[in-house]
Amino acid sequence: MVTTDWVMEVLHEVKDPEVPAIDVVELGIVRGAVVEGERVTVTVTPTYSGCPATKVIEFEIESALRRHGVADVVVKTIFNPPWTTDWITEEAREKLRVYGIAPPGKAPQGLDLVSLSGPTRTIPCPYCGSSNTVRESEFGSTACKSIHSCKSCHQPFEHFKAI
Amino acid sequence: MSQALFEYLLRLGDDRLVLGHRNAEWCGHGPILEEDIAISNLALDLTGEAQLFLELAGKVEGLGRDADQLAYWRDETQFRNLQLLELPKGDFAFTMVRQFLFSAWSHFLLEGLMQSKHEDLKGIAAKAVKENRYHLRHASEWVVRLGDGTEESHQRAQAALDQAWPWTGEFFLADDVDRVVAAEGLGVNPSGLRPQWESIVNDVIRRATLTVPNTPMRMVGGRKGRHTEYLGHMLADMQIVARSHPGAKW
Repeated sequence: MVTTDWVMEVLHEVKDPEVPAIDVVELGIVRGAVVEGERVTVTVTPTYSGCPATKVIEFEIESALRRHGVADVVVKTIFNPPWTTDWITEEAREKLRVYGIAPPGKAPQGLDLVSLSGPTRTIPCPYCGSSNTVRESEFGSTACKSIHSCKSCHQPFEHFKAI
Repeated sequence: MSQALFEYLLRLGDDRLVLGHRNAEWCGHGPILEEDIAISNLALDLTGEAQLFLELAGKVEGLGRDADQLAYWRDETQFRNLQLLELPKGDFAFTMVRQFLFSAWSHFLLEGLMQSKHEDLKGIAAKAVKENRYHLRHASEWVVRLGDGTEESHQRAQAALDQAWPWTGEFFLADDVDRVVAAEGLGVNPSGLRPQWESIVNDVIRRATLTVPNTPMRMVGGRKGRHTEYLGHMLADMQIVARSHPGAKW
């Protein structure tokens, strides 16, 4: 019997292709699933507009469900409300840290349009826990990450940007 | 109404597609590695936003055209982007000054679009405004760093500002398309955005120890498909692969 819970369970098998430490449900991309007869409709919200992983994720959601015997899969994209890192679960944040990516803080709400210092939150080093770190760049190897380095253990690391 | 909305969405899409392509020209040519990555990220965001706007434009038009068809199979006179955005990337100062002027304008436009009655448009704007905030912060940091930097960087930043400024008049020109979508509660009339834009722009220019140029507006017409000599060359480069292999799939 295909239920929504079962679908969500299956979707935990689909990892983010760029951050394989966490899956698409933990990341908050999967917004819901509806089972109607033979058809399963999965609703997703993309992370960044230009994220090249979006198409791959949609494809893999479909493949995962097909692998488990669902023939009729529809992946629907909704844009509103927009994705935010606040949707990433607590467990996934810890997985990110263990993977070597500093997890995001609370997404900024107020306007900080031309702040010349950038976000002021200290990003703790995911390796040694030190808060003596510096931001090297707000843009990293993927749209969702920024580049930092730790002054204590001298390890460069990435941070999942709060957005 | 749907014709006006289609035109309006093309403008939103083409602005970001053309600027995204210009920024992508820096990929592999950035002054430092971090900046190479940053500009490529900006290009990726803008191109991604363009895809969403153009996909929606195709849907509104209802003739079965998707984002790829609109991006790769229209010619120069069918593009609706602002002329400023098609100018060659120039030096790093010009690229950053242009990005700054555009992102500041785009911020207020997108904020307005978050109130759109059109659900998809509203959702795309709500996502894009977050990305745009990063672009604006990044570009404004560079404008200050360059303007308030060395004698040469100051000179280049001022020259870039002098070159870009006359083209910004086009940001605030409204025509029937803008008026129709604004009246329907779908879009934003850009003519009202100038005071907010000026307050941010003037503040950053002042902090960058640069001077606000006092030059008249340049020729305009990007929204009607009139473009500088540069767009055709850029499109030839951008469209060649798609046109050489029509219907190709990955």
